[in-house]
Amino acid sequence: MSTSRRDWLRGALTGLAGLSVSACNRLSQSPRVNRTLDGAETLTRRVQGALLGRTVLAQEFPASAISRDFRANGSTSPDSDEYRQHVANGFADWRLEIGGLVEHPLSLSLADLRAAPSRTQITRHDCVEGWSCIAKWKGARLGPLLEQAKLKPQARYLALFCADTLELTLDGTGDYYETIRPDDAFHPQTILAYEMNDAPLPVANGAPVRLRLERALGYKMAKYVMRIEAIDSFAKLGLGKGGYWEDRGYQWYAGI
Amino acid sequence: MSHADRPTKDGRLLVYRHPLLVRATHWVNALCLLVLLMSGLQILSAHPAFYWGDVSTFDRPFLAVGSGLDAHGETRGMFRLGGFHADTTGFLGAVRTSGGQIQAQAFPSWATLPGYHDLGEGRRWHFFFAWAMVLNGLLYLIAGLVSGRLRREMVPSGAQLRHIGGAIWEHLRLHFPKGEEARRYNVLQKLAYLAVIGGLLPLMVLTGLAMSPGMDALVHGLPGVFGGRQSARTIHFLCASALVLFFIVHVVMVLLAGPVNELRSMITGWFAIRPQPEEKA
Repeated sequence: MSTSRRDWLRGALTGLAGLSVSACNRLSQSPRVNRTLDGAETLTRRVQGALLGRTVLAQEFPASAISRDFRANGSTSPDSDEYRQHVANGFADWRLEIGGLVEHPLSLSLADLRAAPSRTQITRHDCVEGWSCIAKWKGARLGPLLEQAKLKPQARYLALFCADTLELTLDGTGDYYETIRPDDAFHPQTILAYEMNDAPLPVANGAPVRLRLERALGYKMAKYVMRIEAIDSFAKLGLGKGGYWEDRGYQWYAGI
Repeated sequence: MSHADRPTKDGRLLVYRHPLLVRATHWVNALCLLVLLMSGLQILSAHPAFYWGDVSTFDRPFLAVGSGLDAHGETRGMFRLGGFHADTTGFLGAVRTSGGQIQAQAFPSWATLPGYHDLGEGRRWHFFFAWAMVLNGLLYLIAGLVSGRLRREMVPSGAQLRHIGGAIWEHLRLHFPKGEEARRYNVLQKLAYLAVIGGLLPLMVLTGLAMSPGMDALVHGLPGVFGGRQSARTIHFLCASALVLFFIVHVVMVLLAGPVNELRSMITGWFAIRPQPEEKA
C-alpha cells in the first residue's frame, strides 16, 4: 500500500471514529431516542413494583458489617446563614414542616421526632455512581407521621425540600429536593434518620434528619430535610422531573 | 424454500448452516453487547474503582483508574491493580481531547456512550439494552431448547471431547475443519459458545441484578452469592472483559476461516464447504 493511500485510510478511520462519536452523542440527545429508552425505566419500575409490593424489606446487616469510611456525597455542609445558625444552636429552633395536601399540617421539633415511633436498622447505602457503604440508622418512621397529618385523597407524591443548594441558580432550581410515592413513604424501613452509627446524624450526612429509603439508590435519600409536602404532581417543582438529580437526567425510579 | 444442500459451479457445496432465528438473535445480541459495553464504560466512569465484599473500601480498591497531578502540575492518568501502579496517561484516567489537551476522564470518548460524561444517559442506554439482550437471549434459548438444536449443535460429542487435544493442535496451526466436518461446530467452538451462552451472559445478568437495590430487597441472598454487592460489581466488569476477549477471538477466527463465507452464513444462512476428495468417492 502506498504512503498516500495509507494516510488516506488513517484519515478515513479517524474521521469515521469522530463521526460515530458525534452520531452517538446526537442520538443520545434526541428527545425521541430518550423517550424510547425511558420505556425501559417504566418497564423496570412496573416489574420491580409488582415483585416488591409495599412491604418487602431491604436486607439488614450485623453490626460487624458497618463501614469504617462512610462516604458523604453531594452537599456536605449547606451554605446558608439559616442552616449555619441551626448548626450553631444544635437545631433547637429547627422545625420539620409537614404540609401540602394533608388534613392536619405538622410542625415538629427534633425532640418531637425523637419521641415519635422509631426504627433502627443497619443497611447498605448504594450510590448511583457504583459504590456502597453500610451504616446503622435510627429515625422516626415516616408512615406514622403521615398518618397523623392524614394525606388527602389527591396526594400522589411526597416532596422533600432540603436546606442544601447543589447548584447556584437565580430561580432556586439548584436547591435539593426529591419526590417519593406514598407507598414508599409508608414502607416500614422508611425513616427520617436523626442518628447514624449511634451518634447524632453528622452535618456531612444530612443533619438534623435525612431520608432513608432502603430499596432505592442514594440520590433518593434526601439529606437536610426541612419540609415535606404532599402534592398531586411534581411538574411545577424545580425543572419538573421530580428531583434535583432527576432534573439533571437521573431516572425518577431509583430501584435499579 | 428448500434447505437442501446446493452445489455451486466451482465445486463447493452450500449447506444451510444457521436458521433465521439464530441469525436474527445473533445480530440483535451483537448490537446489545456493543451498546451495553459502551454505556457500561460510561456508568463506570462515575466511579472507576472495584472492591471485593459488600462495601467499598475507598482507599484500598482492588482495581481502579484515576487521575492526579504530577510534580509539574500536569494531569496524569493512573491505573492500579492491588499494589501495582502504572501511568496510563492518554488512554485511561486522563485522555487526550480533540483539541490535544490532556484531561481527567476515565475512558476515551470513543469508548463510551454517550461520548461526554453523563451518568443518567449511560444508565438509560444500559437498562434499555439490558432488557433487549435478556428478551433476545430468552427467545434464542427457548427456541434452541424446544427444537433440540442447542443440544444437537452445541453439546460436544464424546468423540469430539476425546480428541480435544488434536483439535487444539489443529487450531494452533490454523488448520480448520474441512468437508463434512465443517457442517458442524468443532469442539472448541462448542465449548466457547457454551461458556458464553451458559456462563458469561447469565453471570452478566445475575451480577447486574445483584447491583439493583430493589432486586436485593426481593432476594436478600442475591449479592451474597457473589460475595457482596461490590464483588458482584467487580465480577460484572470481569465478565464484560471476558466477553470482549471472546469477541476479539471470535472476529479473528472469522477473518482466518474466511470472512465472506462466515459472514454470508450468518446473514443468509448458507455456508460453503469444499467436499474432500475421499468424501466425493
